[in-house]
Amino acid sequence: MSLRVYVPNDTAACSVGADAVAHAIAMHGAMHGVHVTIVRNGSRGAAWMEPLVEMHTADGRVGFANVAADDVASLFAGEGPNAQHPGYIGLVAEHAWFAHQQRLTFKRAGLIDPLSLPEYEAAGGLMGLRRALAISPEAIVAEVTTSGLRGRGGAAFPAGIKWNTVRQAVSVTKYVVCNADEGDSGTFADRLLMEADPYQLIEGMIIAGLAVGATRGLIYVRSEYPRAIRTLREAIVRAEQAGILGASVLGSAHRFDLVVRVGAGAYICGEETALLESLEGKRGMVRAKPPLPALRGLFGQPTVINNVLTLAAATDVLALGGAAYAALGLDRSKGTMPFQLAGNVARGGLVEAPFGLTLRELVFGFGGGSRSGRPLRAIQVGGPLGAYLPESQWDTPLAYESFAAIGAMLGHGGVVCFDDTVDMAAQAEFAMAFCAHESCGKCTPCRIGSTRGVEVIQRLRRREESRKQWTLLEELCETMELGSLCALGGLTPMPVRSVMTHFSADLLAPVGGNPA
Amino acid sequence: MPHHSLEAHEELAVLDELLVDLAPDAEHLLPFLHRVQERLGHVSPAAIRYAAHAFNLSRAEVFGVVTFYGDFREAPAGDTVVQLCMAEACQAVGCRELAAHAERSLGVPLGTTTGDGRLHLEAVYCLGNCALGPSVRIADDIHGRVTAAVFDRLVAMAATTRSIP
Repeated sequence: MSLRVYVPNDTAACSVGADAVAHAIAMHGAMHGVHVTIVRNGSRGAAWMEPLVEMHTADGRVGFANVAADDVASLFAGEGPNAQHPGYIGLVAEHAWFAHQQRLTFKRAGLIDPLSLPEYEAAGGLMGLRRALAISPEAIVAEVTTSGLRGRGGAAFPAGIKWNTVRQAVSVTKYVVCNADEGDSGTFADRLLMEADPYQLIEGMIIAGLAVGATRGLIYVRSEYPRAIRTLREAIVRAEQAGILGASVLGSAHRFDLVVRVGAGAYICGEETALLESLEGKRGMVRAKPPLPALRGLFGQPTVINNVLTLAAATDVLALGGAAYAALGLDRSKGTMPFQLAGNVARGGLVEAPFGLTLRELVFGFGGGSRSGRPLRAIQVGGPLGAYLPESQWDTPLAYESFAAIGAMLGHGGVVCFDDTVDMAAQAEFAMAFCAHESCGKCTPCRIGSTRGVEVIQRLRRREESRKQWTLLEELCETMELGSLCALGGLTPMPVRSVMTHFSADLLAPVGGNPA
Repeated sequence: MPHHSLEAHEELAVLDELLVDLAPDAEHLLPFLHRVQERLGHVSPAAIRYAAHAFNLSRAEVFGVVTFYGDFREAPAGDTVVQLCMAEACQAVGCRELAAHAERSLGVPLGTTTGDGRLHLEAVYCLGNCALGPSVRIADDIHGRVTAAVFDRLVAMAATTRSIP
């Protein structure tokens, strides 16, 4: 009888020692005659518990949080788990942090060996694809339209409309492109999915291919994600060997081939047209739209380009049916949203919940407040281009519409917490500096405006002609918002304006005074 | 990774080898440049000339691509690249202080290589480990919750284990 022990192998778990823990458990088993089978599962997304070691018991999987390699001996009581260990959390699935979530896209994450196809299938994998193979392309698109699924990359464009446009486009060659260039700080849901459940993305891309009549897919992954790249490449090889990818998808007459392409350190390539340029071997310069990528995308051909989570969600939309998927959520924000709790937060990680949870419930209920123990002061939602929200806005429900109503956005679901030591003037300056660093340079408001923005905010921080600089900054923000070609220049003013509106003292109060 | 300079004919042989299984289509230019960067530590003027010829592009076009992307270097960096995440989630947990410590302890500013050529210190904008910052990447390993003391230990290990080939 062998004890199954799970040690995650995702980037977050390994960043705090999971590989050493796995090695130490194997050594312990060998030295003490405990028969252990170590499974390297993906992460369940509770980054704050990593390394989270689990053991199989008759009642389910029990867990130990924050295990250190030099402490593995104490995890065991004979041939089973030691329930007296200080890190013992009991049945993992019943722990409040997991039990209060509604996992759909991330239902398998951390439960299975990411590369095991039998485990993927046993946990509900391939159901969506089988259904898609049994119905017409029109019917697949209709399910996606009914589901109300919106793009999870940040722009929240309805996926059904995009797919239908590509489906109706007349061309011999069409492409499915996955945008896995998850560059927003505070977001890691794409990475987690690719490392913990890569077959779901592969399945979603095949479904998209069937829906629009494309036989080739490309996944553009940022080079900052070496582990996700390795996992995806191996998953693709295994899916080819299993007949899921290739000339005959699951024995059908449909072909679908998939490759991974690696980005090269440019944030702007997360913008879909810049990403397409990059895939074509060019500088990642933003294209003017129209023409839409749906009609003239990769190499000028009709192209579905969606975020990792959007394509992954298509598997559930097909498996459950569009109407069942749409029953979750709030208003026009349908389904669940994977939020990512990050920055100065005690219990950070991935929280998948239906839209409508308030920011306060997320940050304090799940997140447990700040990691530093100091009061939180600002929460940035939606990545580097998202607004900084003061406490007065933390009761806003997390949904596309309610965030738009307060001049903010959900974006890709990143939530970055800052305690009261933050200098919001420095954050405003960083927003402009980041834009200047990452601008592709094609349009003037972004290329020049961001550099001027840094200078103006620096003058404000030195309290030089504050009133004049303030007016200048407002005008500059407006110019960038109205005149930029893409969201980088167009949205960089969002965090800046939120600082001007809600944290103006940090830019204007007399130097040496207390800005709070 | 051997970053010492190669003779021209040696570099050419390496480039031939890196290209051999890639069709010379535009979509393979970035994959080829990644291979060159990984194998040779930088993309030299000779490599740019080679890629232009192989992919039927002008040298200016290839140069434009190489200089656009942060991953491609025109000159070799240190033996080991140490990247500090300097994006918002890590800012919220003290990466600015960690960067100041790193600059002091290595004696070089971000974006430069130490005098002995061993380490190249630079900023990166997000390693996707945002709940466990500050994060640092050394080669392909990402480390979380990095304190000043942990940073010094990681760097000492990197400097000793990655000796001259």
